[in-house]
Amino acid sequence: MILKEYKYELGKIERGYNNRSLYINLSDNTIKEKEVTQFMKDKFIGGKGFGLWYLWNAVTPETKWNDPENEIVIAHGPIAGITQYPGSGKSLVVTLSPLTHMPMDSNVGGYFGPYLKFSGFDALELQGKAEKDVIIFIDGNKGIVQIMESDIEEKDSHLIAEILTERFAKDEEDKKNVSVVSTGSAADHTLVGLLNFSFYDIRRKAVRLKQAGRGGIGTVFRDKKIKALVVRFEGTKGNLNNAADQGKINRTGIKLHREICLLDDKQNRMRKIGTANIIEIMDQYDLLPTHNYKFGSHKDTYKISSDKFQARVTQGLPDGCWYGCSLSCAKAADDFIPQTGPYKGQKVIVDGPEYENAAGLGSNIGVFDRDGVLELNFYCDTYGVDTISFGTLTAFIMECYENGILDKEKTGGLELYFGNKEAALELLHQMARGEGFGKIAGLGIRRMKEIFIKEYGADPDFVNDIGMEQKGLEFSEYLCKESLAQQGGYGLTNKGPQHDEAWLIFMDMVNNQIPTFEDKAEALHYFPMFRTWFGLMGLCKLPWNDIVPENNKYTDEPAKIPEHVQNYVDLYNGITGKNIDKHELIRQSERVYNFQRIFNIRMGYGKRIHDKIPYRAMGPVTEEEYLSRQERYDKQLKELLGLDPENMTTQEKMAALRKYREEQYEKLTDAVYARRGWTKDGVPTIEKLKELGMDIPELIEVVKKHL
Amino acid sequence: MKVLKKNPEKCIACHACEETCSKLYFKEENREKACLRIKETDSYPEITTCTQCGVCIDICPVVALSRDKRGIVRVEKKKCVGCFMCVGFCPEQAMFMHDDYIEPFKCVSCGQCVKVCPTGAIYMSEE
Repeated sequence: MILKEYKYELGKIERGYNNRSLYINLSDNTIKEKEVTQFMKDKFIGGKGFGLWYLWNAVTPETKWNDPENEIVIAHGPIAGITQYPGSGKSLVVTLSPLTHMPMDSNVGGYFGPYLKFSGFDALELQGKAEKDVIIFIDGNKGIVQIMESDIEEKDSHLIAEILTERFAKDEEDKKNVSVVSTGSAADHTLVGLLNFSFYDIRRKAVRLKQAGRGGIGTVFRDKKIKALVVRFEGTKGNLNNAADQGKINRTGIKLHREICLLDDKQNRMRKIGTANIIEIMDQYDLLPTHNYKFGSHKDTYKISSDKFQARVTQGLPDGCWYGCSLSCAKAADDFIPQTGPYKGQKVIVDGPEYENAAGLGSNIGVFDRDGVLELNFYCDTYGVDTISFGTLTAFIMECYENGILDKEKTGGLELYFGNKEAALELLHQMARGEGFGKIAGLGIRRMKEIFIKEYGADPDFVNDIGMEQKGLEFSEYLCKESLAQQGGYGLTNKGPQHDEAWLIFMDMVNNQIPTFEDKAEALHYFPMFRTWFGLMGLCKLPWNDIVPENNKYTDEPAKIPEHVQNYVDLYNGITGKNIDKHELIRQSERVYNFQRIFNIRMGYGKRIHDKIPYRAMGPVTEEEYLSRQERYDKQLKELLGLDPENMTTQEKMAALRKYREEQYEKLTDAVYARRGWTKDGVPTIEKLKELGMDIPELIEVVKKHL
Repeated sequence: MKVLKKNPEKCIACHACEETCSKLYFKEENREKACLRIKETDSYPEITTCTQCGVCIDICPVVALSRDKRGIVRVEKKKCVGCFMCVGFCPEQAMFMHDDYIEPFKCVSCGQCVKVCPTGAIYMSEE
């Protein structure tokens, strides 16, 4: 049953912009178009910038994630939808997160973003709450938007996406023109729900899913009673953006295709195995999170190494999540047969595993079992559970279980010790059913800590030290104890400890390229700003540095990949006809980055106190951890602090190391805030906002209360 | 399958083949729009031609490349989304792009270039 239909004039994209967006309110079924103004394009560029701006205007400091005025905004960006440069089909999803209560942003592949753009819109705002489950359909060729009552009984994404692709495609040939956004049953019962964005895999003849994983966006989606979003657009070509200089874009793309063709096999093997290529490398450098980030390697890592996954990835050919992605990190294991749960015994496709999943669902919870990781991966995706949050919160639960904070009685019979694959799977099934201990686990680490302390009498110091969350968001899967810069890369972020802002472990710890506080601060300024830019444009980060030109190491700044930075400058100028340089690129990001920081402050967070990280991220919490790296830690006490470890107990040594490392983090924080133009409390200064042209009255009003 | 083959030692770089090709294919005498390329070097000219190996067929994300009845690899323009991955991944560098078009183009083994080659530096061969 159609609840509301809206017809719109089809338009033409001009130099990367439609100059309008689509607004839908599900409380009263309003559908309308909004103008994308020059102000928005100048200050916020697109993608996550537009998402944050619309959200800012939709909410107040009192708005909670489950209030009707909270929005989910999906936006791509001016470069998105080109088919010539790898990684150019990304959507950025923004909402107030149920985990952090602040704006969350997540970058996701699949065809929805480009098709939304080709259908005529630079962003889609979803506000309000429906009474009953609804499906929203955008027909990008006919110019029709419909809100319809959902008749779909299936609750999980791999089925919902398949059914709706079948329904809205005219025939088999047309399926590639349909993209579905949905989530699964666990998004109804947990705060870690994700969104699956589909694309149709024409070689497999199957629907594939990519995830907007972080921060509980799927939970908000279900709270609004949205079953699915569907877009259909027929007629994709390589020039629909009407670029100012299409030839420039084509040539820039072909240059990178060639580079990938010649060098990927020698570099990261993204086409062969994808991001999972680094599992064994992380283990080798003692960086693979193991047993809730206690350790950085394990004797059984070989059981989940990339070659084990490669053997299971059954496709013969690499595939991307948008046309023209020759880096092709998307992987799938066909004909996988789950051993548990509602889809037990059925043949399914498992997308991935990506590195984060192999680490989070593998080593971090002690499951050194390839098919176990794949099964957890499949269920997380289809149930709509963020694999990173699931891995990290399950690791936390397992450490609590092994320390007696939890027991079988409290978990309803689940023996959640490290390595218990069956218990981890059952925990996940409980999340999907909204039952038992799964419901508690689905609240995330921050809320579990409160429950364990208040109700189970857990030692607050211990659970706060080992609970790997910050700002309410679970850490992603890198061990950063031995890299101060990466601690900052996780801690001094806008949305929480996710490595998409800065991944500095190798630069810092392995290659020692940023030894001083100033060096680290510069890196923690430049890289978060540079990486923010991908989210403004609708781009993927991987083609920036997961492939590098052959001569990159001889350039002045190899870590920045100068030639690829220039590619991005050329793409932006090629699309828009503007003439920015690599410095203006950073300023574009700085405007949005500072805006997001101020948004956090407006919501009651975003200050120095919120940038602190749990000690597990900085050093050894337990004797077991200290002793596992005693040589390294003793050496540091001797060399850095002039102490004599021979005459100290382990407890004394741990205390001295902790004091030192916590001070280091504070010093780093000072240096980074200064470099970013913030006060010691982490508040952007008015001078900084003026310098960026972001001294708009409503921002000044927020910051001046905190200066 | 008839495939265009080359013998660079005989090539005098007169470019007649390129001009004939572009005229036939795009109705324009423009070597940058030819489906084969002659590049002058210090030694014999470099002749770039398609071997019909078919690597591009598997590279294409929309299956716009396939073999026709003669076994020749053809671009189906209607399906093509202009990503140019085939251009970047061609082992012979014989898939081409020009700013005037959003689809790539390649040799279809028509043999017209061979007819105008004065020295037999290119020829058709049954493979």
